[in-house]
Amino acid sequence: MTSSRDIWITGIGIVSSLGEGPEAHLAALDAGTVNVDTAAFAPYVIHPLAPVDFDKQIPKKGDQRQMEAWQRLGVHAAGLALDSAGVKGQADILSRMDMIVAATGGERDIAVDDSIMADLATGAADDKTLNERLMTDLRPTLFLAQLPNLLAGNISIVHGVTGSSRTFMGEEAAGVDAVRLAHAKIAAGQSEIALVGGSYNAARKDMLMLYEFGSFNLKDRFAPVWERGPEGGLALGSMGAFLVLESAAHATARGATPFAKLANVASDRNRRKAGDIESTLRALWQRIAPNLRPDHAAIVSGATGAEPATAAEHAVLRDTGLPVRATGSRVGHGFETQFPLNIALAALALRSGKLFAPANGSPGEAAMPGPLTQALVTSVGHWRGEGLALVERIEGGAAHAG
Amino acid sequence: MPADLDHAGRPLIVVTGMGMVTSLGIGQQDNWRKLTAGESGIRPITRFATDGLRTRIAGAVDFIAVEPLCAPELTERFATLAGEEAVAQAGIGAKGDFPGPLFLAMPPVELEWPQRRELALAAHKASPDERIGYDAALRQCSTAPFRGYHERFQFFAVADHLADRLGTKGSPISLTTACASGATAIQLGVEAIRRGETEAALCIGADGSIYAESLIRFSLLSALSTQNDPASEAAKPFSKNRDGFVMAEGAGALVLESYAHAKARGARILGVLSGSGEMADSFHRTRSSPDGKPIIGCIRQAIADAGLTPDDIDYVNAHGTGTPENDKMEYVGAAAVFGERVQSLPTSSTKSMIGHTLSAAGAIEAVVTLMTLANQRIAPTINYQVPDPAIPLDVVPNVARDVKMRHAISNSFGFGGQNVSLVLSPEPA
Repeated sequence: MTSSRDIWITGIGIVSSLGEGPEAHLAALDAGTVNVDTAAFAPYVIHPLAPVDFDKQIPKKGDQRQMEAWQRLGVHAAGLALDSAGVKGQADILSRMDMIVAATGGERDIAVDDSIMADLATGAADDKTLNERLMTDLRPTLFLAQLPNLLAGNISIVHGVTGSSRTFMGEEAAGVDAVRLAHAKIAAGQSEIALVGGSYNAARKDMLMLYEFGSFNLKDRFAPVWERGPEGGLALGSMGAFLVLESAAHATARGATPFAKLANVASDRNRRKAGDIESTLRALWQRIAPNLRPDHAAIVSGATGAEPATAAEHAVLRDTGLPVRATGSRVGHGFETQFPLNIALAALALRSGKLFAPANGSPGEAAMPGPLTQALVTSVGHWRGEGLALVERIEGGAAHAG
Repeated sequence: MPADLDHAGRPLIVVTGMGMVTSLGIGQQDNWRKLTAGESGIRPITRFATDGLRTRIAGAVDFIAVEPLCAPELTERFATLAGEEAVAQAGIGAKGDFPGPLFLAMPPVELEWPQRRELALAAHKASPDERIGYDAALRQCSTAPFRGYHERFQFFAVADHLADRLGTKGSPISLTTACASGATAIQLGVEAIRRGETEAALCIGADGSIYAESLIRFSLLSALSTQNDPASEAAKPFSKNRDGFVMAEGAGALVLESYAHAKARGARILGVLSGSGEMADSFHRTRSSPDGKPIIGCIRQAIADAGLTPDDIDYVNAHGTGTPENDKMEYVGAAAVFGERVQSLPTSSTKSMIGHTLSAAGAIEAVVTLMTLANQRIAPTINYQVPDPAIPLDVVPNVARDVKMRHAISNSFGFGGQNVSLVLSPEPA
């Protein structure tokens, strides 16, 4: 049944280690492709970004220069999403489009940091020297590439999205809550069309450092997330993912074809005591997925590979009996971007009517021959960030132009 | 229409609790007394060595000590103080059991140089012949002294700890819209109550990010005043000799509640959050569109959202940073919205006294604006000695003024084209 306040996914812009765009992703997922680099940041394992022609979405070189890699990736993915929704360049729509970006921390100048750390280590630099080095060595514009809200700022500048602009911070939880709030605003009539998503650059030693403090990084050898064992870890994955969400009424009025329906999104928080993840996930499940058709439903999981969160999620998902696909085994982990990316992948699978193939070497991921009409998208962040979404197939909506 | 709905039939949203921390002190009352006396909280930085820096002053909250000394720890402490004051004043829920979500505006946080130095020293000790950098430091990260840094430097951790302490419900939202962040946190609370998701929301803007590199980054953009002596005269919004903003810290907190809910429990109403407006600027990363369109649109939207007209606004709490560009563009925007009346419409900048509290500013200034309405007294724009003829505003220069006011607007504009305006009003008669 369709209601005018149904929320449709009408635009998808995705880039990852598997390539760019819906077709590249579905093909790679079905072929079992994994693009992993165990050498560049050894012993840490990362999923590097596939080649991207940024000129296609960010035509001005001057704009590209004003951004660091994570921002270019995000602005590019946002442009793909706007193109896919058929709203690129439509000033009347873009000027009232609401934007929620789930942003990561800004990039550092690794060479400057390395050089200063070398002097600090030997005592060659005191506080005064540190100040002088920072005053001379930091590029003034690096600050702007550091500010999380400048991903949204650059999307406004490059693509003209200016209705509203909010940037959430908070790793996995930020990605879930960005999608949840965009959905809630449209459902309540506070918005008709929204751009929501994020981007993550995995090729960053400062990010490896942040997660190495908690021993979260996957080292030495790649394995699918369910098979990493009690000492497992997460492999950072470069990715950009943006969705255009839209009320069914607004989409229909402009003749847009949806990929899928975003039926519901929920999130919560717990302190991660033993059993907390399981009870939160089960409660979210009750809230948003009471009417599943088990033979037509599957789970797209955001499991990170880090423990104990991954094992706890696995236990809950196993009990549902539904086929599961953990995208962390395919594209790595991109924190705030994982959830929007997984919503996109779920929507693409729903549009195609079938779930993509299981990960190689992941015996827990069962094949699913039958038709797919409902997908649950999970988030159990590496440290915090529980969320769940229900995405549904729209019958007759398969003929998307984008 | 029922008195607990607004002009558009939405739940009327009131403020029932407020809290604040600035370089002037802790709490609404202490701050209000000093603000209306025209006191400055700007002073020389003592937290870290400022040798060789162009700017050596700030509005740091340097009378509160935290361990370890870093931005997320300070931000969390300020947010806790302001949040607890607001919740206590609202008298809502039970202690540690706030009946609604948390929206927290905060600065982006990252590892800082004191921590990088510790890592570098540990790495050098472990491998004395190696040139130390990220590769060597990475090998030390999972050792005992450094394990706590993961949680401390996660974006989510400040809100997570606040949610634990205050007992807010659901997944807390941490957000940044640069210098408009505090106002965005309030907008999100307004929207949640209007959607009927909750009857109450706790909105906090907090910022404790005065450390060497953050100061240097703003300095490299030539955004900061370099008038180090006397520090108290550096922040000069709307003056002809203004030369940049002064970095500052603090927190502002507001308990938002539906009017129906607040009345039903007999809460004291501190004011009404009657409207909000927003418009992103697609012109430039740090500069406003020269025609002022996004600022004009933002202010107009806020006034329309409140069901008012520009003539209904009696006071403007300006963004008023004291940078040459901001103050000029804010005047251009205000002049377009208010017409000739702009020259006699009281427009003051709290930042002249407490500096620019960045992510906290929108929340702190909303609290100040509500106190302005409650007391029918406007705190001045201090350091206004050299008027700028290009900005003919009534800035309430140097001394507080008693004025009869009903509706006020508070502006917040930030890097990245972020513009938010809030309209604040007294309780309906």
